[in-house]
Amino acid sequence: MIDLTMLQPPTLPTDYTVKLGHTKTSTGKTIRTEEMIVNMGPQHPSTHGVLRLEIVIDGEIIVDCIPHIGYLHRCFEKHCEQMTNYQQIIPYADRMDYCSAMTNEWAFVLAVERLLKIEVPERVEYIRVIMAELQRIASHLIAVGTYGIDSGAFTPFLYTFIDREKILDLFEMTCGARLLYNYIWIGGLSHDLPPNFIGQAKDFITYFHPRITMLNDLLTYNEIFVKRTANVGVLPKDVAINFAVSGPQLRGSGVNWDLRRDDPYSIYHKLEWQPQIGKGEVGTVGDCWDRHIVRMREMEQSLNIIEQALAALPEGNVKAAIPKRIRPEKDAEIYVRTEASRGELGYYIISDGTTSPFRVKARGPAFVNLSVLPEIVRGGLIADLVLTAGSIDIVLGEVDR
Amino acid sequence: MEFIQTLLANQVLVSILLSALPLVFIVLMVLVVLYTEMKVAAHIQDRVAYMRTGWHGVLQPIADMLKLLQKEDIIPTKSDKLLFRTAPFIAFTGTYVAYAVLPFSSIYIGSNINLGAFFLVAAGSFVVIGILMAGWASNNKWSLIGGIRSASQMISYEIPTALAVIIVVMITGSLNLQDVTKFQDGGMGNWIVFGGPLPWMQKLMLMPFTLVTFFILFVASIAEVNRTPFDFPEAESELVQGFNTEYSGMRFAMFYLSEYANLFTVSAVVVSLFLGGWSSPFGTFMSGPLWGIFWFVVKAYMFMLIQIWIRWTLPRLRVDQLMFVSWKVLTPWLFVCILGVGLILVL
Repeated sequence: MIDLTMLQPPTLPTDYTVKLGHTKTSTGKTIRTEEMIVNMGPQHPSTHGVLRLEIVIDGEIIVDCIPHIGYLHRCFEKHCEQMTNYQQIIPYADRMDYCSAMTNEWAFVLAVERLLKIEVPERVEYIRVIMAELQRIASHLIAVGTYGIDSGAFTPFLYTFIDREKILDLFEMTCGARLLYNYIWIGGLSHDLPPNFIGQAKDFITYFHPRITMLNDLLTYNEIFVKRTANVGVLPKDVAINFAVSGPQLRGSGVNWDLRRDDPYSIYHKLEWQPQIGKGEVGTVGDCWDRHIVRMREMEQSLNIIEQALAALPEGNVKAAIPKRIRPEKDAEIYVRTEASRGELGYYIISDGTTSPFRVKARGPAFVNLSVLPEIVRGGLIADLVLTAGSIDIVLGEVDR
Repeated sequence: MEFIQTLLANQVLVSILLSALPLVFIVLMVLVVLYTEMKVAAHIQDRVAYMRTGWHGVLQPIADMLKLLQKEDIIPTKSDKLLFRTAPFIAFTGTYVAYAVLPFSSIYIGSNINLGAFFLVAAGSFVVIGILMAGWASNNKWSLIGGIRSASQMISYEIPTALAVIIVVMITGSLNLQDVTKFQDGGMGNWIVFGGPLPWMQKLMLMPFTLVTFFILFVASIAEVNRTPFDFPEAESELVQGFNTEYSGMRFAMFYLSEYANLFTVSAVVVSLFLGGWSSPFGTFMSGPLWGIFWFVVKAYMFMLIQIWIRWTLPRLRVDQLMFVSWKVLTPWLFVCILGVGLILVL
């Protein structure tokens, strides 16, 4: 499926020295020119948090771009080792990618469950899928809205936040929290669904379908927006694979790869849906517009999944019988990967036989996806850099951990 | 009483008083436009905006201004202090002098000079100097990029503006804005956007050209005031805040004031060149010197509403696309219009 010969080792950004040059003017004079190093961030409105991009510009053209990260580092992995039991890590996992907390905790819980070889009840799997897909919509709504701001349109942002609010209301009635849930527990869930959840979720589905169309009309197919994003920040297939890019960004480059289908977990194999890939409808395959439209279409697919899961939701218990103290075998290790909102989110856990893990390694999608940024912005304008960085949809909480 | 009589007898004082009138107008108008912009933007975006200061937040613009007045005036240590201090006032002066030739009514115009339209174009480019100075003096790379962008943008869009003015001058035969307005007096049908008060055959042939010119002038005027989709100098997602990043307090307020005053100026230019200025749209009905002010402000206000509407709907263009629009779309079309209008007027 993937041609291995096209894989090349990625070129890493190097330290940059400013180049001096000479340019001839129309009158025949020679003037000295100089490239300029500008710090974009950590306090810049469109770096989506505390990312610092050191950019070298020649006029408005970007010669080089070096991302500096770590402003939000909070020792997530070390903290996991210090906890007295596995359950305490779940709230920490929430705080990695704070725009998509449900999928984060699910990935961690899944890893622990596989380590312990626990089977969870059918109802739990369905509820987890519903929650994760709602979370994916909420996360993509932020991505699309802030992308509108990056391109200069402020209004879509507020529309997407109205819709996201409705999802957060659903979460709130389920588990009391709106951003960081601690809802998915090892072997089950913290609460069962409240009685009126199914009705409200169905209302949301009927409400949200036309809203996607409206957002598409307002932003996606806007002539200026298309002109701005088509053929900008093109990420070719082979570069995307080389940099281990995942999620909507990889699918935007035309690679049909979705862990929900290709490494199935939970009940995704029982549901009918299609991974969406970029086709280069308005420009080249893998440009910013493709990444944007993939997110828009994934929201529709998520709605489908939720609809099916709600219809097939079985009755039953929401807590599996698990030992009171979670103590995996000594030297047991596992890597579990899931498709989070931004791509492949994996946890590698090594147990030393005690109630806390010996080592936890998180493989975050935003961190890996960000690494490709310098590769695809060279030669563009500052405005293109903003749009490309926006289309990668990073969350600095997860990049820095 | 005696005091007022001596005051009025003094030619110099009277002209100072008269020239201060637009200043009062600007301040009041900016308050209204600020409020309108926030409210319209909010309703476009499904929210309500200010609700607490006064009835539906009508006092909020005043509160904002008072807040800005109280703010500390921060000047960056390594900035060019003289330029940094003067830049906002130069930018404001550029917008303010333009009010001298705006025909508010048949009896009120600051200075009825024969080169009114030309003066407006020239005064518009004066603002660039202020913005460029601000961008340079701030000693901030983002400000510098904003200033340079602004200069190139305003200079590029001056060409279509001037060419559009030429077309109006060809039809009316005068650069005096008062004459241009009088030419269009007598109802909506006489407006230049619909071909002016010419014989109906000529008028019908002129109409497509004037409509295109009107549209182009409108687009160029949005670019002149740096508003979405042409808001490059202060493109906040790219350049933080552009040329006024380092400004605070009153100096920042001056830029703000100048921006909104400029918004009115360009709308007023479009109105007086193409939409009959102070003349009533219904012929003699509701016309007169005082009604003139009413119509002038209302028409300009409608244009500002359209600009606000556009601003909160569209994304921003890219720098190269901005230049493309100016040089390869608007300017060639205006040349076509000039040719067409010229031929029709001669034949």
